[in-house]
Amino acid sequence: MTGLTKTGAVGEPVPTGTEASAFLDIRDLKVHFPTDDGLVKSVDGLSFQLEKGRTLGIVGESGSGKSVTSLAVMGLHTAGQYGKRRRAQLSGEIWLNGQELLSAEPDAVRRLRGREMSMIFQDPLSALHPYYKIGYQIVEAYRVHHDVDKKTARKRAIEMLDRVGIPQPDKRVDDYPHQFSGGMRQRAMIAMALVNNPELLIADEPTTALDVTVQAQILDLIRDLQKEFGSAVVIITHDLGVVAELADDILVMYGGRCVEKGSAEQIFEQPQHPYTWGLLGSMPRIDREATDRLTPVKGSPPSLINVPAGCAFHPRCPYADVPADNASRTVRPELREVGSGGVAGGGHFVACHMGQEDRERIYAEEIAPKL
Amino acid sequence: MFAYFIRRLLAAVMLLFVVSAITYAIFFVLPRLAGSTPDQLAAQYIGKSPDAKTIEAVKKNLGLDDPVYVQYWDFIRGIFAGREFNFGPDPSQCDAPCLGYSFRKHVEVWPEMLDRLPVTASLAIGAAVLWLISGVTTGVISALRPGSVFDRAAMGIALAGVSLPMFFTGTVALALFTFHWEIFPNEYTPLTENPVRWFQGLMLPWFSLAFLYSALYARLTRAGMLETMGEDYIRTARAKGLKEPVVITRHGLRSALTPIVTIFGMDFALLLGGAVITETVFSFDGVGSWAVQSINENDLPPILGVTLFAAFFIVMCNLVVDFVYAAIDPRVRVS
Amino acid sequence: MKFRSKSAAMLAVAVSVALTAAACGGGGNDDDEGGEGGGAPANAAIEKILNPSDKKGGTLVYESADTPDSMDPGNTYYGYMWNFSRLYARSLMTYAPGAGAEAAEPVPDLAEGPGEASDGGRTWTYKIKKGVKYEDGTEITAGDVKYAVERSNYARDVLSLGPNYFAQYLKNPDDYQGPYKDKSEEGISSIQTPDDHTIVFNLAQPFQEFDYLVAMTQTAPVPRDKDNGSDYQKNIVSSGSYKFERFNLDKSATLVRNDQWDPKTDKIRKQLPDKIEVRFKVNPETIDKNIEAGKTHVMFDALGVTAQTQSQMLRDESNMLDNPTGGRLTYMAINTTVAPFDDVNCRKAVEFAVDKDSSMRALGGEPKGDVATTALPPDVPSHQSYEDPYATEGNKGDVEKAKAALKECGKPNGFDTVLTARTERQDEIDNATAIQAALKKVGINAQIQKFPGGKYFTDFAGSRKWGQDNNAGLYMMQWGADWPSGYGFLQQIANGGALGESGNTNISYLDDPEINKLLDESIADPDAAARAKAYAEVDKKMLETAAIVPLSYFKVLHQRSDEVTNLVVSQAFSGQYDYLNLGLK
Repeated sequence: MTGLTKTGAVGEPVPTGTEASAFLDIRDLKVHFPTDDGLVKSVDGLSFQLEKGRTLGIVGESGSGKSVTSLAVMGLHTAGQYGKRRRAQLSGEIWLNGQELLSAEPDAVRRLRGREMSMIFQDPLSALHPYYKIGYQIVEAYRVHHDVDKKTARKRAIEMLDRVGIPQPDKRVDDYPHQFSGGMRQRAMIAMALVNNPELLIADEPTTALDVTVQAQILDLIRDLQKEFGSAVVIITHDLGVVAELADDILVMYGGRCVEKGSAEQIFEQPQHPYTWGLLGSMPRIDREATDRLTPVKGSPPSLINVPAGCAFHPRCPYADVPADNASRTVRPELREVGSGGVAGGGHFVACHMGQEDRERIYAEEIAPKL
Repeated sequence: MFAYFIRRLLAAVMLLFVVSAITYAIFFVLPRLAGSTPDQLAAQYIGKSPDAKTIEAVKKNLGLDDPVYVQYWDFIRGIFAGREFNFGPDPSQCDAPCLGYSFRKHVEVWPEMLDRLPVTASLAIGAAVLWLISGVTTGVISALRPGSVFDRAAMGIALAGVSLPMFFTGTVALALFTFHWEIFPNEYTPLTENPVRWFQGLMLPWFSLAFLYSALYARLTRAGMLETMGEDYIRTARAKGLKEPVVITRHGLRSALTPIVTIFGMDFALLLGGAVITETVFSFDGVGSWAVQSINENDLPPILGVTLFAAFFIVMCNLVVDFVYAAIDPRVRVS
Repeated sequence: MKFRSKSAAMLAVAVSVALTAAACGGGGNDDDEGGEGGGAPANAAIEKILNPSDKKGGTLVYESADTPDSMDPGNTYYGYMWNFSRLYARSLMTYAPGAGAEAAEPVPDLAEGPGEASDGGRTWTYKIKKGVKYEDGTEITAGDVKYAVERSNYARDVLSLGPNYFAQYLKNPDDYQGPYKDKSEEGISSIQTPDDHTIVFNLAQPFQEFDYLVAMTQTAPVPRDKDNGSDYQKNIVSSGSYKFERFNLDKSATLVRNDQWDPKTDKIRKQLPDKIEVRFKVNPETIDKNIEAGKTHVMFDALGVTAQTQSQMLRDESNMLDNPTGGRLTYMAINTTVAPFDDVNCRKAVEFAVDKDSSMRALGGEPKGDVATTALPPDVPSHQSYEDPYATEGNKGDVEKAKAALKECGKPNGFDTVLTARTERQDEIDNATAIQAALKKVGINAQIQKFPGGKYFTDFAGSRKWGQDNNAGLYMMQWGADWPSGYGFLQQIANGGALGESGNTNISYLDDPEINKLLDESIADPDAAARAKAYAEVDKKMLETAAIVPLSYFKVLHQRSDEVTNLVVSQAFSGQYDYLNLGLK
C-alpha cells in the first residue's frame, strides 16, 4: 500500500482503525444529513490519500459530495452548529499529519484550521466580510494562530498580498473587499489562506466566479504557491479543465462516492468510467466543432436520499446494460484497481461493472474520437 | 462627507419648519374650518367664567386675534430672536430659543421642557440599554439554537411582548410590583436628588418599556442573525480558526446589527420626544405626559414645543444613525 | 360600555350594602368609639370633627392626580384650591372647619367682623385686624386687599382663571383696566381705603351676600411689589399659618410653618403639622393605596376613590370611608326656547318620562349620589324639601303621565330632539344613555351628541344659536355653587337677566319674570331668612316650569386616613375635607 502512495497515486482504501500512512488520509468518510424528507447521504464511504507537495483534483457535478468532503476535512460541518442544528452525522476517519480529526476535540480541530489546513472559497466577494478591511481580515487570520502584535501581523499581511500579486500592497491592505476587483479578491483570499503556511490547502471551486483570463492567473498562482510552500493541495471543481494542468491526481465523485480515481494522466488518457467520459466530453475545447462532440452527461444528479440501487450512475449511463445479469441495477460496484497496461502503472481505480475490455473498447471506439 | 453632512443638516432644519407649520395648521386652521372662532379658542384658557370682556382681553394678550401666519411668524421669530410676553405687571422677555408661553399655565415652554427632559431621558436611556442588551442577547442565542426550548420560549414571550400594549404591561406591573408586593415605588426621583430612589422608581417603567421593545429587537436580531450566520464570510471566519464567540460577535452580530441600528435610532428618538403612554401609565411628569396634558387642555405652545422637540430628536437620531451606519458598513461611505 | 354600566351597577350594590352594614354595625356603640378614628364608622367625618386634636408636628402629605389651575389665591377657580389656599392666604372672611350647615357660614378672618352694610346693601365696610403680618414681617394693610381684588378681577388678560364677581358687582365708572395697565396709585375708585385698616366696597346694586364674596380667596392680600402676574403662584407671599418652602409647577409644593403668623390674630387656624407636602400628578390608584398604607393622608383634588379600587375598599372593612354630598346637582336642563320644549307640557312629559332610578344606577348608585327632586341640593343652605310635582313610583318614571303631557302639548306620538353630554365625563354619557332609553318609551327620540367640556358652554349647550340650529333641547349638566347660598347656586342657572348669546350656564334659557324678580329682589333683602325663603321659592318654580330635571345630588366617596386629626367634611367646599386644621396623630 505504502508503495502506491509513494508513487503519488490517490491510493486504494486502507482499512479504518490503522495508523495513517499519508499526510492526508481519508477513510470511509460518510457525511449524512438527517432531514424531514429522509437521510441525505452527501458523502457515503469515501477514501483517498494525499501527500504533501501534491495536488489532488476532486471532480464532480454539484451535489456529488465534493464540497461536503472538503468542509468535513476542515471540520466546518460541526463548527458553529449547536443543538438541533447540529445535523451533520460524520463517520469514518480523517487523518491529517498523523492526527485523526473526526474524533478530536472541536477546539483542537479549530486550532488546526487556518494554520495546518486552510481553504479558499468559490465566491471571494461573499466569502470576505464586507465590513472589514482586507488587511484586517488577513491580520485576523494570522493572529489567531500567531501571538504577534498588530504591526507584525500587518507587515505579514502586506507581504502576503505582495506575494499573491496585489499591486501596491501597502496601500491596498487598507481597502475594503468592495474596492477590489473579483480577481484581486480571490488573490486576497489566497493570501489569507496561506498566511499561516498551511500544509493543506483546499480550494473549493476557486475560479468559478471569475472570468476566463483571471481564472488562468489564479490557477497559475495556486500552482506557483504550491511549489513554493510545498503544501498538499485539494482542488475541488466541476470542471475537469481546471484540474487538467494543476492536479497530480484526480478523484471523480458521483452521488457521494468515488467512481474513479488515478493520476491525472490516467484519468485523461485512459478514463475508465462512463461518468468520467461524460465529464471529459463537457470540457471546452477550442480545436473541435461543437457538433461532433460527445454530449455531456444527460439527466440530473441522483437523489442523495434514495440513491439508485446498484450503480448510482446507471439511470444516466448509456452502457448500463453492458454488464451481465443486470448487475448495474442491483449490485453496487466496488472500487477496483484497473489492470496493468495502464498509462502510468498502478493506482488507477474505477467502480464499474463493465469488464476492463468492454470499457477500453467502448472508450477507444465510441468516446475518444469524439473528445 | 462634509457636504453630505451639511446637506442632511439643512434638510433636517427644513423638516422641522414643515413639522411646526403643520402642527400650527392642525391647531389653528382645522378648528377654524370646523367653524371655531378665536373667541372660542380664547375662552378655553379662561377659568370657569368666560365673560365677553375677559375673552376679549385674553384673546388680545395671547395674540389669537392676529392672522394665523402672523402668529406663526411670531413663533418662529421667537425661536431665533426671543420675544416679549405680557403675563405680569411688566412685559417679560422670553429669550431665544423661545418656544412660546403656555396659554394655560403661563410659563415659558422651553425651560419647562428642559425641566421635564431628565425624566423622559432617564426613562428612554435606561429602557434602551435594557432592551438592547436583553433583546439582542435573546435574539442571538435564539438564532444560534433555532428550534431549541430557549428559542421557542423566548420567541413566545417576544410575541407576547410585541402584542401586549403598554397600557396592559405597565398597569399589570404597577398592580403587582407597586401595589401588591410593594417592591418598587411608583414615583420619579431626580438622579441628582437620590440616585437609589431614582433607580428604584425607574425600574418598573424601564422593564415594562424594555419588555415591549426587547421583544421586537429579539425577533429582529434573531432573524438578522439567522440570515447572517448563513453567510459565506461566516464560514470563512470559521475556516480561519477563529473561536466561535469571535465569529458570532465580530463577524455575525456586526452585520446583523445594521438594520437594528436604524430602527433603534427611530425608536429611541421617539422615546426622547416623549414616552407618551409609559409616562401616562406611570404618572411620570415627562415630556410625553406634558404633551398629552397640553393636548387635553388645547394648549398650543407646549404641543408645538414637544412636537418640534420630538421632531428634532428624530432628525438628529437619523443623522446619527446615518453616521453609525457609515461606520458599520464601509460600503455606505463611498457613495 | 355595557360592561362598564354593569360593573358600575354591581359596585353600587356593594357600596350600599357595605355602607349600610358599617353604619348599622357601628350604630349601637357609636358613642363609645366616637373620636377614636380607627374604629370610626362610615361617614363619621360628616357628622362632626373627627379626632379633634391640638397635637403639633409631623409632615402632612397630600397627593393629587390633577394639577391646580394655579396656586395663586387670586387666580384659581378650583374648589380644592379655595379650600387649601386658606393655609397661606387670609381673605377678609372665610369658612371655619365644622360639621353641617355651620361650616357654610362665612366668619371673619382678616376682617375684624362681618361687613357693615350701608346704602341699602350697596356699600360694604370692613375693618382689618391690626398686627397681621406677611411672612416677611411687613404688616398687611387695606391697600393690599384692594390690590388683590384689582389684580384678580380687572387684569383679566393675565389673571383670567378665577371668578370675577367683584368686577360684576362693583361700580366701575372710569372703566378701570386693572393694576398692570393702569399703574396709578389710586386704583379702582369703587374700593376705598380711608385708612390702612379699613376697606370700603361700593357696589352698583344692593347685594346682601357680600360677605360670601369677600370670603373668596381673591380678597387675600397681595403685596404690589411682589406681584409678578401669572408667575405669582411661584413666589406667593403668605399671610396665613403656612408659607411656601418650595413649589414646582405640576410636581409638588412644600409648605412650612409661617413664623410671622400670630395665633392671636387668628381664631380659626391651628398650625399643627411642621410641614405640608403636596404631590401632583400621582396615579390615582397609587393615591388610594398610599392613603390606605398611611403614606399619604389626603387626596388633594378630592375626587374620591377611583372606580378601580372602590370595590376593594368597600369590601375591606378596615377602610374608613366618608360619602358626603358635594353641594352639586346632576341634572338635565331643558331648553325652554327650543321647540317643542317652548311648551311647558312637552317639558313636563320629559319630567315624567325620565327614569331617575336607572340614571342613578348608570352613575354607579349610592356612592355617587342620591336621587334628586329639587334644584338646590340638601347641603346648600336654604334648601327646602317640597312635594315633587313629578314624583313617580320608585322614581322609575311614569309612561302614562308622560304620554298624557305629550298629548296636551300636541305631540301625542312624541318627537325628535338632541341630548348633549360632555365627552370626557363618562358619568354624564352613561346618564344620558339611560335617559335616552326612558324617553324612547314615550316616543321621544333623543339623539345623544357629545362635546368637549372646554367648549360645552361656549360653542354648544351654552350657545343660544347652536341649540336653535341643531334642535337640541336637552343638555346634561352638573352644577355647584361658588358660594354656599341659594343665590350662589341659583343665580347662574336660573336668572334670565344674565342670558347672553353664548357662554351661558343657564342652559334652560329660563327667563321667567317671576324667578328673575325673586332673585333680584332677594339679593337686596338684608333679611337672611326672607332670602332663604325666596330661594326655596325659586327652586319650586324651576320645577314647576319644568326647566330642569333634577337627577341626583352629587356624592363623593372619600377614603379617610387613620392618621389625620381634625378631619371634617365641609359644606363650604363641596364635601371635601376641610384642609385648614388637619394634623397628625
